[in-house]
Amino acid sequence: MPVQPVKFYQVGSFAVGNRLLADDQRAVQSEHDRTNSLTCGHRACQGCGEALGARYALDAAMRATGRQLVAVNATGCLEVFSTPYPETSWQIPWIHSLFGNAPAVATGIAAALRAKGRTNVRVVGQGGDGGTVDIGFACLSGMFERNDDVLFICYDNEAYMNTGVQRSGATPPAARTATTPALGPEPGNAFGQGKNVPLIAMAHEIPYVATATVAGLRDLEYKVTRAMEFRGARYLHILVPCPLGWGAAPGDTIRIARLAEQTGLFPVFEAEAGEVVGVSKIRRKAPVEEYLKLQTRYAHLFKSPDGAATIRRLQRAADRNIARFGLLDAGNGAREGS
Amino acid sequence: MNKPFAITLDPGSSLANKTGSWRTERPVYTDLMPPCNHACPAGENIQRWLYQGEDGSYEQAWRQIMADNPLPAVMGRVCYRPCETACNRGQLDSAVGINSVERFLGDEAIKRGWIVPVTAPDSGKHVLVVGAGPSGLSAAYHLRLLGHRVTLRDLAPLAGGMMRYGIPAYRLPRAVLDAEIDRILAMGVTFVQSKVTNLSQTMAEDGFDAAFLAVGAQQGRRAYIPAGDSAKILDALTLLHATADGEPARLGRRVAVYGGGNTAMDAARTARRLGATDAVVVYRRTRDRMPAHDIEVEEAADEGVRMMWLSTIAQADQGKLVIERMRLDEQGFPQPTGEFAELAADTVILALGQETELSLLDGVPGVTVSDGVVEVGPDLMTGCPGIFAGGDMVPAERTVTVGIGHGKKAARGIDAWLRSGGNGAARAGAAAQATSAMTAEPRLADFDRLNTWYYSDAPATVRPQLDAARRISSFDEVTGGLDESTALFEARRCLSCGNCFECDNCYGVCPDNAVIKLGAGQRYEIDLEYCKGCGICAAECPCGAIDMVPECI
Repeated sequence: MPVQPVKFYQVGSFAVGNRLLADDQRAVQSEHDRTNSLTCGHRACQGCGEALGARYALDAAMRATGRQLVAVNATGCLEVFSTPYPETSWQIPWIHSLFGNAPAVATGIAAALRAKGRTNVRVVGQGGDGGTVDIGFACLSGMFERNDDVLFICYDNEAYMNTGVQRSGATPPAARTATTPALGPEPGNAFGQGKNVPLIAMAHEIPYVATATVAGLRDLEYKVTRAMEFRGARYLHILVPCPLGWGAAPGDTIRIARLAEQTGLFPVFEAEAGEVVGVSKIRRKAPVEEYLKLQTRYAHLFKSPDGAATIRRLQRAADRNIARFGLLDAGNGAREGS
Repeated sequence: MNKPFAITLDPGSSLANKTGSWRTERPVYTDLMPPCNHACPAGENIQRWLYQGEDGSYEQAWRQIMADNPLPAVMGRVCYRPCETACNRGQLDSAVGINSVERFLGDEAIKRGWIVPVTAPDSGKHVLVVGAGPSGLSAAYHLRLLGHRVTLRDLAPLAGGMMRYGIPAYRLPRAVLDAEIDRILAMGVTFVQSKVTNLSQTMAEDGFDAAFLAVGAQQGRRAYIPAGDSAKILDALTLLHATADGEPARLGRRVAVYGGGNTAMDAARTARRLGATDAVVVYRRTRDRMPAHDIEVEEAADEGVRMMWLSTIAQADQGKLVIERMRLDEQGFPQPTGEFAELAADTVILALGQETELSLLDGVPGVTVSDGVVEVGPDLMTGCPGIFAGGDMVPAERTVTVGIGHGKKAARGIDAWLRSGGNGAARAGAAAQATSAMTAEPRLADFDRLNTWYYSDAPATVRPQLDAARRISSFDEVTGGLDESTALFEARRCLSCGNCFECDNCYGVCPDNAVIKLGAGQRYEIDLEYCKGCGICAAECPCGAIDMVPECI
């Protein structure tokens, strides 16, 4: 994990840029000539976390590879809002095939580049949680076990947003979606279902697996850059809040991602060859309520009498993450709030 | 058709899709009033000079201070720091050490010999300033910068007023004071040691066009204490003045100081330095009702000064006092209880407040005096046209910083008055303009506007203090200064409340690339063709410098 040097620079490396830091210590996103891989005019909703996450990740990948990059996109919001015919928002080589085959197409492109001797050109596969966790999962697992030279990035907004907010394998427990309504004895998505793809990727013992959020730009850029230092299959899982599907204010996108991390609900870590090698410590610990109450998909928890028990259950899940990944340093988390 | 293999369609760019039309609110960059600037009685733009100091541009930062305050090294020592009380960082960890950075910059200027040149053309006007204390010096400085000739008169042989004859050397070393005063005098201010007995006469005889009076409050207030013949009672100001002159009074070993203001603390601490083994402050109310500032009380206590709350001196005799215990009534006023106690004391020092001596105003038409101070308008002009007054002799809090602020304000008032040819109507207009400028002052940058997540965690650097044992035996300066690295650290703790400091957050966090980075010092601009108005930039701006404003639809 990147660590701020001892010297004190007002905002250190928390903000995007910092006039007191040397250029090479500033984020890719602070650069005048960043690629803007995904440029203006795309049709993502106001405050879209996925649009932001995709630009963060791909701009960093462009810098890391000297702008020798091909992106393969699964079907999903990102693909739909960026390329309604005849417009495209992509300023990098980009291809879309099907919902479920992005990892396989990326594998094919990497193989073709290798065959042509152009191994300096790197391949990124990307998709939402639907295309990664559910529909493209077989292709993804195949790409992992063959250790194909692809970085696959999942922009996780925790449901099928493009088609109207249906539950996916990445939808968290208790969240309301169109297919898990806030009705019945256990409203919202069921506990004990779904899958944790970063851990599954680690089980493949591929060279590099990491998680990130759009609230931690420096960390995200570091992880993309680090991933590009490896050859073989790599996986990056980025949490990207969805104002529409989560029922949140568009301006709160980053705040919510930050709270997901600071509550412990979304552990941020990196792993090499199946072993966790670093975690982002919680800097200002927050109770899960702070995260939940900003989103109408959890509104039912604050209305029904059973909601409190469910919140406690979610808090236990967060606490389990904190213990499991060692997210809290002694003495940290004394201050509350976002 | 000249297309690569398998390509049949021309791609267009999404730049054709102007998503700005979706917007119902637009982000607008704004500059708000940081709480420190708002609280500063001298009207310093603190946030601005800290910003300049952060990257090591010390001279630029110092010049920014000098735009408002000609005595930074002095103020960096004696100011009561209302800025730090107001500082938003106080709600996060602890307030930015603004005062210590100011002191560092002031000392740096003295070390490097920085001066402020007078560039304004000579106005041909001559202004009399009576009283060479902080207010008079500040007025003289600002009047010189505005191109006026200035004569500064004072009773004392040296300029400085209370800074020289009231504030003890352990708080304000004389070398620092001299350096800053000399810098003002070297700008072409004529200093004359003389008493102004009749203002109208002096004005007419010497051909002054306007006058600024800042004679201060030099007389210690008296209280009737039944005393035996041999009881030794003296006034705090006399003690401090004599000590400053190098002729300290003989106090004996046990000293009682009567009063609860800063002067009482100065007197008690001075008494300790003059050899008193026991210095007791006798005050009729409680600590929380004491007018002395906390730092002063704490430092006095550290030096072994004792406090007797809820006590008055009923009788003074040789070697002992009779103390009556008091209690606070429901309104918080002290009432006698009829309980008495004895306190051993060789000397009683009275520090019960100060009064002004206003005989020089005798015969000046139009001047109103009420409660012992001179009434002035918003531009500090008295009832007599062309005669202005400020500092301790007008109704205001009596601190050096307020005095400096008055000097600046009066200089601007005098300038406006002189340039309007002494025209009453024009002056009224100027005053109205000044008032409207004050009401148009930007909104305050509240703590709630900040997104404090982005600031690095950093505790305040505490100024080194001379160890108490050493300091009570000497008049060496008690509080040390910051060195360059700690001053820089301290300046960088500034949150830049309400004013963009170019952290690139807005430029980075926009999902629509709709923030244009204009380059160093130029800040940013919103690309309204594409901005969808999501508000992430405003939410993630660390310092609250972006407002979301509804669009007219």
